[in-house]
Amino acid sequence: MNRIEQRFKSLAQQRKAAFIPYITAGDPTLELTARLVPELERAGADIVELGVPFSDPLADGVVNQEAALRALRHDVSLHDILAMVGNLRKTCQTPIVLFTYFNPILAYGLEGFAQDAASAGVDGVLCLDLPPEEASEYCKLMDARNIATIWLIAPTTPEHRIELIAGIARGFIYYVSRTGVTGERESMDTSIKDQVAAIKRHTSTPVAVGFGISKPAHAAEVASCADGVVVGSAIVRLMGQLGDSPEMIPKVCEFVKSLASAAKS
Amino acid sequence: MPSYPFPDTQGHFGQFGGKFVPETLMPALTELEEVFHSAQADPEFQRTLSDYQAHYVGRPTPLYFAARLTEHLGGAKVYLKREDLAHTGAHKINNALGQVLLAKRIGKKRIIAETGAGQHGVATATASALLGLECEVYMGAEDIERQKLNVFRMRLLGAKVTSVTSGTKTLKDAINEALRDWVTTVRNTHYVLGTVHGPHPFPLICREFQRVIGREAREQILTEEGRLPDLLIACVGGGSNSIGLFFDFIEDKTVKMIGVEAGGEGPETGRHAARFAGGVVGTLQGAKSYVLQDKNGQILGTHSVSAGLDYASVGPEHAHLRSTGRVAYTYANDNDALQAFQLLSRLEGIIPALESAHAVAHACRVVPTLPKDQIVIINLSGRGDKDVQQAAKYILPGETF
Repeated sequence: MNRIEQRFKSLAQQRKAAFIPYITAGDPTLELTARLVPELERAGADIVELGVPFSDPLADGVVNQEAALRALRHDVSLHDILAMVGNLRKTCQTPIVLFTYFNPILAYGLEGFAQDAASAGVDGVLCLDLPPEEASEYCKLMDARNIATIWLIAPTTPEHRIELIAGIARGFIYYVSRTGVTGERESMDTSIKDQVAAIKRHTSTPVAVGFGISKPAHAAEVASCADGVVVGSAIVRLMGQLGDSPEMIPKVCEFVKSLASAAKS
Repeated sequence: MPSYPFPDTQGHFGQFGGKFVPETLMPALTELEEVFHSAQADPEFQRTLSDYQAHYVGRPTPLYFAARLTEHLGGAKVYLKREDLAHTGAHKINNALGQVLLAKRIGKKRIIAETGAGQHGVATATASALLGLECEVYMGAEDIERQKLNVFRMRLLGAKVTSVTSGTKTLKDAINEALRDWVTTVRNTHYVLGTVHGPHPFPLICREFQRVIGREAREQILTEEGRLPDLLIACVGGGSNSIGLFFDFIEDKTVKMIGVEAGGEGPETGRHAARFAGGVVGTLQGAKSYVLQDKNGQILGTHSVSAGLDYASVGPEHAHLRSTGRVAYTYANDNDALQAFQLLSRLEGIIPALESAHAVAHACRVVPTLPKDQIVIINLSGRGDKDVQQAAKYILPGETF
């Protein structure tokens, strides 16, 4: 059982939902990312998603695109991110999921990536543009290293695909709450509860919900029907505004605290 | 063609192709594949398509013997497949019309497309006007600046042109934005991807709608010369005009084929779009193929005098045809293309698109080395009117038009 599975297990015993913030690795710098991760856990994060910046993030809205560009301006690479996670693991055991596009992994080399990610202490990888149909070799390598392959399920995913994905999912399943790209929304889709229930008919793997959640009220609403709540763009936007100012970490943690406590209320 | 079983049911051409997209789009791709196969098997759909091809697009396009160019080059006989004479001035209409008809069959009310130079955008706006569907075209802010006339043409045809300001503000970013739109609106919108790239089934659909080029050329050359050609030459951006010409000759082992990429200022300068000369295998915008990227897998900016060839990846079927050796690939630099642009204008009274001029440029190198009884067909994929301003900047620097 890896750190993600352990975390969900202990949360389930407390009957609480996981709170999962997303930040772009290397925005504003990798050093600040490394300092922020343990602070996020102290503020109530159960798992941290680290976005791997990519030049062509076609599933991301403007906020995450800009964060990726900021990180790429100082050439943050997947190698650098794994090295940072490896260093962080000396002092911090927060479960970490990489949220990435496939091409940087392919350029790294599948086997080398699986090996280096495992030895750095990465617990899960969500590859946005890699559907199960293309992933058999990748899954084998990840499974062999005990890295959870996290899959997306969307509102458009039909029942037979839910079954297919549920059958291979590890760690947790990421339900995309809106048909669309990442980004904040004013209100949550009313079908989330039914969709999460539909997924749960096929699996006992926890289901986290993300895409569009930006306020404590959304987090509380989603936590009432799912095992985890992911917030990305709202945090990334705040980080973009604060940059590398000394205020960044405390302000981000304050916001994360409000979201995490709403998710656990 | 049973002996050429590509793509397979998962959309793979050997190790290339596939579907590398977010889960949200997977059901739409499956639906599109099903509708496409049912349309292919439906005589009514085929009749509608060929009616439009004959009476609206103006097919078959001529296969023209270029006597003066042949004499000038002093080698093999040169024929031009005149896609420049198709409605809207390029081969792009073949695919756009086919796909908009498909969208109508699925019952989708809204069409989106990406465009670089504007040719595919104009073709899609045209087909949408013809069939009465709403159309929105994504175009990089820089390309909008460079191709104002095509922007106006699209608006005139009733399309909305949306400026893309993310990334490098060119074709690649317009595709990202079109995909973002499609991820959000997939339930009522069809994305008309303009080339043989992207996730399966787009490379298959686009190839099947462009195959008409080679099907006609094969019949025409058999009528004209009583035999098959020795060599086919076509430019390769995403690769739709070249696949269109090549495909119906793939089983004719005596017919050689060459695809010509954009060498820009020369692959050694880093300012080019020669994916086979400078790229490695990667995944971009839904397909696994050759991609111009850095060592960390970040996509590199590209350059070509011709916007239609200025793209960081190449259709997966081309990557496959290269790996099997069936098609050879080379490149022509900006200057070679500009020379060929002028040469064809003067010798034949045909101003080629700068894209097609890359194919002509390679013909200028190879045709003189071939015996006079050999036959070469160049795909003249588009007309050059759209390029005259751009070309003038290079050919007559300092003069203003």
